[in-house]
Amino acid sequence: MSEIPGDLKFLKSHEWARAEDDGLVRVGISDHAQGQLGDLVYVELPEIGSAVKAGTGAAVVESVKAASDIYSPVSGEVVEVNELLNDKPETINEDAYGEGWIFLVRPSDRAELDELLDANEYEELVENDDH
Amino acid sequence: MTEKTVLNATHRALGARMVDFGGWDMPINYGSQIEEHHAVRRDAGMFDVSHMTVIDLHGARTREFLRHLLANSVDKLKVTGKALYSCMLNEQGGVIDDLIVYFFDEAHFRLVVNASTRVKDLAWIERQAQAFGVEVKERPDFAMIAVQGPGARAKVLGLLHEVDRARIEKLGKFAAAAAQGPHGMPLFVARTGYTGEDGFEIIVPNEHAVALWEALATSGVAPAGLGARDTLRLEAGMNLYGQDMDETVSPWEANLGWTIALDEGRAFIGRAALEQQKATGVPRVMVGLVLDDKGVLRHGQKVLTANGEGEILSGSFAPTLNKAVAFARIPAGVAGDVRVDIRGREVPVRLVKYPFVRDGKPCEGI
Repeated sequence: MSEIPGDLKFLKSHEWARAEDDGLVRVGISDHAQGQLGDLVYVELPEIGSAVKAGTGAAVVESVKAASDIYSPVSGEVVEVNELLNDKPETINEDAYGEGWIFLVRPSDRAELDELLDANEYEELVENDDH
Repeated sequence: MTEKTVLNATHRALGARMVDFGGWDMPINYGSQIEEHHAVRRDAGMFDVSHMTVIDLHGARTREFLRHLLANSVDKLKVTGKALYSCMLNEQGGVIDDLIVYFFDEAHFRLVVNASTRVKDLAWIERQAQAFGVEVKERPDFAMIAVQGPGARAKVLGLLHEVDRARIEKLGKFAAAAAQGPHGMPLFVARTGYTGEDGFEIIVPNEHAVALWEALATSGVAPAGLGARDTLRLEAGMNLYGQDMDETVSPWEANLGWTIALDEGRAFIGRAALEQQKATGVPRVMVGLVLDDKGVLRHGQKVLTANGEGEILSGSFAPTLNKAVAFARIPAGVAGDVRVDIRGREVPVRLVKYPFVRDGKPCEGI
């Protein structure tokens, strides 16, 4: 499993959030999650301009095995989506923390970021998951 | 208590992702399920199917017993080693299980039944066998490896003792024979499978299974998990027990009419119910669906037709086709435009004749 980047925050449901320099929050799923899901074959992206709410479904990823809701870690407005995933959903399998990001949010309440797990806490959660 | 096949440590050493499958700890994939799927379509892959139940039947009246037990006619088996696919029905014509029966001699036949139905199958078979004085003997001492793909047979043949090679190479489809494998290990090699590709299913004594697996790997056969097995069999149009049919479903409603032999004078279990259903017609039919748009068809999704609602049985992304396909059970009659409810969205799908894929290639109209 790849190293978890220290600047990421996580939901228990395995989504990551990265606070960018411009104040926006990038969202994806963890490397652990992509491994559990297996080969991804379809990503249903949110619409640009749509409102998302922390802890509720914003996107759907489908692997060969199953469909999974992707929760937004923060509330706000979707300002960009990763169009690359329309043709290459497997990018999430290959690079979950980088090229495989899913959408970008302009957060309405940055304090929500403080409620997320940090990288160490998430790593602990995943380790407990595995045993 | 989760059961383990004799290859469990081998799977784990290969880094397999293990899941519970009908009470068995089995590999779902060893990395990429899609790559394993393609390996089988393009060359050769192998599956540990040792969780399946091998049952030997012994007794002078075994054929007579199987005439009674099975909906297909065991009288089609005339030559030693010949195999037959059949349903085993209850009195209502519902499917207790689907299985393969092999003919050794009049006093010895072998059944291979599903893993998830093992307990109820054994109980049912034993109960029915009593009246015929047939001995029902489970064979947990066997492992089973399915080697499938266009390159599968050649790779297996290369591992056999040279005195056996020509004979096994000539083995017809749905026929089996004994042969010696690496280091003289005794194999039962059947030209059967569950992928839509050519290949063998090999029954091997537990103590030789790891050595056989390793010899196959060295010959270039790719390990493939139960995930790939599921997408391969779906593309090939083959039913999965529990998902596509069960005890509440008649073979007529599961596209298994071709396995029913209404041969004269044979009173098999469920026959009366099947004949009545045939005369009156069944209310539901099983069809193939293709989704040309993006998205994935899944088990349990609602199917909307001109005649009412049905549901998706097996559904998945099909790696060979790069789109989703499914089996669905829908009301009989003209279906009209068919749609599937995917998370509240009604998505149009095409109703097709399946199999979806045969011998590595998409079938016409898919």
